[in-house]
Amino acid sequence: MIEIVEILSAGFILIGVFLFLVSAFGVIRLPDVYTRNHAASKSSTLGIMFILIGTLLYFYYKHSHFDFRVVLAIFFIFMTSPVAGHLINRSAYHSGVKMWDKSVQDDLKKNR
Amino acid sequence: MKQNDLILQTVTKVAAFVILLFAVAIFLGGHYSPGGGFVGGLMTSAAIVLLLLAYDIKTVTKILPIDYKLMIGLGLFISSLTVAGGLVFGVPLMTHVYRYIDLPILGHISLHTAVLFDLGVYLVVVGVTMTIIQTIGESE
Repeated sequence: MIEIVEILSAGFILIGVFLFLVSAFGVIRLPDVYTRNHAASKSSTLGIMFILIGTLLYFYYKHSHFDFRVVLAIFFIFMTSPVAGHLINRSAYHSGVKMWDKSVQDDLKKNR
Repeated sequence: MKQNDLILQTVTKVAAFVILLFAVAIFLGGHYSPGGGFVGGLMTSAAIVLLLLAYDIKTVTKILPIDYKLMIGLGLFISSLTVAGGLVFGVPLMTHVYRYIDLPILGHISLHTAVLFDLGVYLVVVGVTMTIIQTIGESE
């Protein structure tokens, strides 16, 4: 049982680290603020949730210590990180940051 | 154009309660785990600052009608009262006592007078932080 949980939590943590790596590559490679923010806020949120789930499982089965703070952190990050991305994107849009040249749609332009 | 903070305000309504609960948990668990009055106070003032970011200062003072300068004084008073309790019982200053009691639901817990000292620290930290931030934020 303990080995299964160890492998499972190691898998969760490795998936989380992989998602962080994807997020970092997205921030480096993508062309403008909006797509970069898409990469940064989305995949790193899922990555840190995977890492925290792995940690929670490991400490629950290995040390039989259920840490409520990790559950709270999962809930909190899931709730606030997309909102932070939304606020950064919105303030970038309203301060006039240009979109990528090849963008085809800008629905907010008529509200500007 | 008209600004619309609906997403930020809705999330703030939930997140502020989560932060406040976590601050209380850190404050009460300070004797046995990392945390205590200082961190709990800073986190409580962080929740109030989040409210200040999402709403304006008039709304927040309507929600929490607290005079933070009075809060500093109250915290210092509680802490010094805890310290001076040694004078009444004829023991050295800052002597703390504790007792284990059995409550019906919470079980075997200890009541310690250091919690009262920590409550003073908590109130002073919240008061000082909010006084600084509100004073800077109100000046035009």
